[in-house]
Amino acid sequence: MEEAPAVVHFDDVSIRYGDTVALDHVSFKLHPGESRIIFGAAGSGKTILMKAAAGLVKPDSGRIFVFGQDITHLKEGQLYEIRARIGFLFQEGGLFDSINIADNVAYPLLNQPTLRHKFLENGHDKSLHDRVKEALTFVELGHTLEKYPSQVSGGMRRRVGIARALITEPALMLYDSPTAGLDPITSNNIIAVILKERETRNTATLMVTHRYQDGHLMAKFRYNPDSENIEQVPPVAETGKHQRTRFYVMNQGRIVFKGSEEELQAAEDPYVRKFRRRS
Amino acid sequence: MLDLLKKPVETFQEFVLLAGRAIRNIFRSPHYGDDIFQQMDIIGVGSLPIVIMIGFFSGSVMALQMARALATYGAQGQIGQIVAITLVRELGPVLTAILVAGRNASGIASELGSMKVSEQIDAMRALGTDPIQKLVTPRLIAIAVVLPLLTIIADFIGLIGGNIIASTLLSITASQYWTSAWQALEYNDLVQGLVKPFAFAIIISLVGCLYGIRTTGGTQGVGKATTQAVVSASVWIFVTTFMITKMFVRI
Repeated sequence: MEEAPAVVHFDDVSIRYGDTVALDHVSFKLHPGESRIIFGAAGSGKTILMKAAAGLVKPDSGRIFVFGQDITHLKEGQLYEIRARIGFLFQEGGLFDSINIADNVAYPLLNQPTLRHKFLENGHDKSLHDRVKEALTFVELGHTLEKYPSQVSGGMRRRVGIARALITEPALMLYDSPTAGLDPITSNNIIAVILKERETRNTATLMVTHRYQDGHLMAKFRYNPDSENIEQVPPVAETGKHQRTRFYVMNQGRIVFKGSEEELQAAEDPYVRKFRRRS
Repeated sequence: MLDLLKKPVETFQEFVLLAGRAIRNIFRSPHYGDDIFQQMDIIGVGSLPIVIMIGFFSGSVMALQMARALATYGAQGQIGQIVAITLVRELGPVLTAILVAGRNASGIASELGSMKVSEQIDAMRALGTDPIQKLVTPRLIAIAVVLPLLTIIADFIGLIGGNIIASTLLSITASQYWTSAWQALEYNDLVQGLVKPFAFAIIISLVGCLYGIRTTGGTQGVGKATTQAVVSASVWIFVTTFMITKMFVRI
């Protein structure tokens, strides 16, 4: 692979809260179109890692680069420009209860300073409505515009969260436990939406999850626009393409495993083995 | 000993930092006018009925209590003066502020606390909004505007309550009552009576927001934040009223 600038680059990042270590010398790189699936026990630092990538928490040591820019010491005001190019799905969706779903999805377009300017220059209210509708249709929720987040199910809230994250057409998507607490069918639907987003726009993806199945789908499936469904990717030998999904396992703030799905299956470490497929 | 002091000092430091950022944001765009008016409606209009009740009964009680003391000196005619001074200087501002603290410092802390634990505040930052600008500053402005107004209403209704007691039970005419009340009030009393609610407004809004924003530990944390916000706001209201009174009263 050429030295294209990494979308996300963690260089020896550590974060501490008092005596507890949230991230412990974490280093990795993520390039356009690539995916990272992050497994780990509760409290192993997965969410902190995602928040650090969006500049929501600051590292105590080490440096973080996003889109080639060092964001370690940027001020909040300077970070908005970077965040305008990042989509973030929070654990429970992170939707604003006080406004309806359409306004939630429109929120980044109207509030991200850089996007707002761009948006107001070329568009007006009609195109805002169209874009909201388009984003919600993408996650198959085109009919819920007027509802409030409290009136829809957990799976729908998660999908609205995805719509809100991708309406800005970000180059980097961060999914924090997109399927936690959902039934297998709803979970698979959500992963299908994530795959669709990744294939359509070649987005770099970081995903925290507890479900092995999520990682497996991300690694071995792709979205087929013709059948509008997901299908298995033929093995590398046929396509000539390299595996672009890697698996990380975190434990107490450290990344203790990096590798492909097959390497995860073959891992010897007892902690890492907890996250492989149970047969 | 030092460990015991560490926490309150840290909290106070956070309070000062939040106050600085919230006040600085008043002069910066974007301004969220809708949020300011919405909060004024919730806090101002919402508190009106209960402020009227409290004002009326505190005025009446003052008149009843003082009537006996004044009767000892045969000075029952001065009842208007006593009611006016106690209400305008002290009872009106403090009772209204305690009431609004109970109603709204708790409301603000629980609303912001719930937003914090459900990651809405992080989402706000991720989507390009400064939570202080969007959540704290509008509440600060709204309370700073409505609390002095509510206090004036409470004072006035309290004087009416005192008047009713004076004319029905103490056979003092309305004109006698209002003349004595009016003559008793000095410029100093009015300034004091309006500086206080303004200071309390800053305490109520920022304490509510501070405890809300630093909530941790899920729904249980929200309950804790709410309680702490009401307790701290109430205590600080009494401490502040003492300090302001000390500045105004020369003995």
